[in-house]
Amino acid sequence: MAKVFIYPGTSLILSDLVARFGHRPLGAALAVREKVQTPGLDSPPLQITPEDPKKGLRYAAVEVPSGVRGRMALYGPQIEEADAGIIVRDADLAFGCMGCARTNELVRFLLHRREIPLLELTYPRSDEEGVRFVAAIKEFLAGLAGGETA
Amino acid sequence: MSEAVVAGQRSVRPSVQPGTVAKYVFVDSPELTAADLALRAYEIAPAVQIKETCFGLVITGLEAEVDRLVIELRNLDPDRIFVKDRGFPPGDERRCRANLGGARPGFYGHENEMKLVRYISSGLRALRDPKKADLLRAKPKKQDEPLSPERLQEIIEES
Repeated sequence: MAKVFIYPGTSLILSDLVARFGHRPLGAALAVREKVQTPGLDSPPLQITPEDPKKGLRYAAVEVPSGVRGRMALYGPQIEEADAGIIVRDADLAFGCMGCARTNELVRFLLHRREIPLLELTYPRSDEEGVRFVAAIKEFLAGLAGGETA
Repeated sequence: MSEAVVAGQRSVRPSVQPGTVAKYVFVDSPELTAADLALRAYEIAPAVQIKETCFGLVITGLEAEVDRLVIELRNLDPDRIFVKDRGFPPGDERRCRANLGGARPGFYGHENEMKLVRYISSGLRALRDPKKADLLRAKPKKQDEPLSPERLQEIIEES
């Protein structure tokens, strides 16, 4: 079972397909769950401690918007941990404020820089594209360690 | 007794315990409603906390139990049930719209993707039961490839 980073990190479709084909999707939900469930941390409401901006500083300099560092504190360790990645290029749902926009750019850049197997797609807008989208993801995931045969 | 209590930790929110997971189950089927899904889920895994919603379910419980439930639920309509991890447990006051007002954070993303899942369902069905038409559909189309500089030059010269 490989760890596959999904972009957008909140994507229902990517998260479902990666898990369905036998791998572990790494996205925003897992990072947030780790925060809200970790016992001992008591920094409500989101259990963000002073350690988190320090983690974010590994990926973004201090002069970039603080939202970028905060988000990278969640996404950065997951990108380092990932064995592969799937990127959807035209994800309107990833649209957001400047912090989101710059984080999205940085996440895509870091995924490319890591030189792990990457699959880049666009969301399907018809049945034909849907068939190709799912077939491409299944073929990509089958090529990873522990994947089902295509 | 919860693990947090065993570990001597003060649990601020009893529903948030280490080792538990929360998942969304989305259903987009003409043959299965969220209520059907909830009823079936209660039968399969009584120990899992299940919340019925307009789009499907939010389920919370120990990871092994939740995974087993997801596998069983998927079997009801494999191409039209979609599952995703969730960070917060259901009803958590930091995310629940009952406390915040307006749509739940994350709702718009799900709304956006739920418009597209029917195409994913077609893709999954084609993978499971491929017909000749599906194989033709899956074949990459020529127009998907970027225009090469050589071809661009040919077009300019032809015109």
